Amino acid sequence: MEDWAPLARIAEKVRSGELKASDLVEKSLANIESNGEYDALISTMPERARQRAADIDQAPKGRLAGVPFIAKDNFLAFGGKTTAASNILRPFEAPYQSTAIDRLEAEGAICVAKANLDAFAHGSSTENSDWFVTKHPKDKSRVPGGSSGGSAAAVALRLAPFALGTDTGGSIRLPASFCGVVGYKPTYGLVSRSGVIAMASSTDVIGPLARSVEDAALILDVMSGRDELDSTTIDKDEAGYQEISKDIAGKKVGIIKEYMAQGLEPGVESVVRQSIEKLKSAGANIEEVSLPSLPLALAVYYIVCPAEVSSNLSRYDGQRYGYSSGDAANLDQSYELSREQGFGAEAKRRIMVGTHVLSSGYYDAYYKKAQTVRTKIINEFSEAFQQYDFLIGPVTPMTAFKIGAKTADPLQMYLTDIMTVAANMSGNPAISVPAGEAENLPVGLQIIGPMRGDRQLLGFAKGFEALT
Amino acid sequence: MTPVCYTKFKSMSKLSRDDVLKLAALSKLRLSDEEVEKLQMELSEILNYVEVLNNVDTADLEPTYQVTGLKNISRADEVKDYGYKTEDLLKNAPVVKDNQFKVKRVL
Repeated sequence: MEDWAPLARIAEKVRSGELKASDLVEKSLANIESNGEYDALISTMPERARQRAADIDQAPKGRLAGVPFIAKDNFLAFGGKTTAASNILRPFEAPYQSTAIDRLEAEGAICVAKANLDAFAHGSSTENSDWFVTKHPKDKSRVPGGSSGGSAAAVALRLAPFALGTDTGGSIRLPASFCGVVGYKPTYGLVSRSGVIAMASSTDVIGPLARSVEDAALILDVMSGRDELDSTTIDKDEAGYQEISKDIAGKKVGIIKEYMAQGLEPGVESVVRQSIEKLKSAGANIEEVSLPSLPLALAVYYIVCPAEVSSNLSRYDGQRYGYSSGDAANLDQSYELSREQGFGAEAKRRIMVGTHVLSSGYYDAYYKKAQTVRTKIINEFSEAFQQYDFLIGPVTPMTAFKIGAKTADPLQMYLTDIMTVAANMSGNPAISVPAGEAENLPVGLQIIGPMRGDRQLLGFAKGFEALT
Repeated sequence: MTPVCYTKFKSMSKLSRDDVLKLAALSKLRLSDEEVEKLQMELSEILNYVEVLNNVDTADLEPTYQVTGLKNISRADEVKDYGYKTEDLLKNAPVVKDNQFKVKRVL
């Protein structure tokens, strides 16, 4: 199959009439059709996509004119169902669309399909999806990572030139590393979350999974900035995210010591060490730096995240939308039965943990304590970024694991996020860039930037990408 | 800052069956016996794991609830048309009557 051109080039050709949006949509739908065995997608929306393509071909315009894309199924989108891969939202049709998709569409992009995920984005492998497990593009006996596993697999399989994901504890970067694509988590607040099904609101961010850093930067440029429908949004960089300096020489880079000491798989460690050598050869000033509280981020996350999950999932009560049990005799039973039958095991687990850590008598000891350790993590990042332009390390200690290898023990699954969650707790932008392979499986390098330093981070990542 | 009571913290790491049932009731979840037993074990394990935070010195630090420093984003108190249609907002409801959500009787 012929690969997709860079996004800017596709759009340019559509605007000039050299390419037709309709042909691009057909190409994407054909790729989807021929890769069904990977279960990367939950649904397609061919009717709406074809209609939009026809409209665009009438008067092609926009920075993403005619570019097909795939959204994780926790983005509200017109043209089909939005389920978040959960039983409780099985029949749900979005009454409005997410701002992120609206902004992409306003520049001519076309959403063709919705990608699989762990239900409500709770997981690291797509094994918590209430539908099916997505298979790794290079080895069907393995997981693609998660929770944006369908999006990462879709991009790796070239089903569309890019996909959208969400990252609450690593859900863009982990599958990007596993599948060998670029996965970008912007600074917290940079992309509106209006119309995206909430998981943990103090750490949820939206970002692209793409084939190159350049494409990721263009997508971010289109999606980012304030939105009156999401009051947590921040202003975008006045210079945008596309004019980026690829300079490596002279940059001060800290290798996060704690991440290199975490029991990395030898293949992963070797790729990361080689990446460090490449950056050194390109003139970066690299040294090890200690951020001793970073390994605590996972424990903080597994208090803060379930707390916010228990609150955000309370809206699924079977009364206004979503699955509603027909067996209830009264209102209370209707709530309980709808939630019991509609939620999967991981959602229930997180609701229960969250309810516990927020309940009277335990709040100070768990929730407040976690949020205070969070401050410590933020302070360590701030101090490090006084000295360094960027921090680097592995995305995760492992490559894509076998389907079923971690499903028996929730804690083992949680540990896959041990090196990604800190940037979520602090809000810093972070990226996974394909860095090499270990036993034929992709390995990403994680690069973390200072708060609101997205433009600089993307530039450095582009420079690194050129070295690999 | 109020000091955290560590002795109490330690003793609550293991959840009893009754604790799990109480949490389920607070969470409006009806659980099967099998689920209760499994969650009792899994929740205890997760709570044991997060106890590592107990040993972290956080004296003089305040909790962080929001990372960008934004405060009180407000707008004029006016009805604004975002193009949402009532029938679209109601189309996912299990039961609708007279353009309203119909639920089982409350009182």
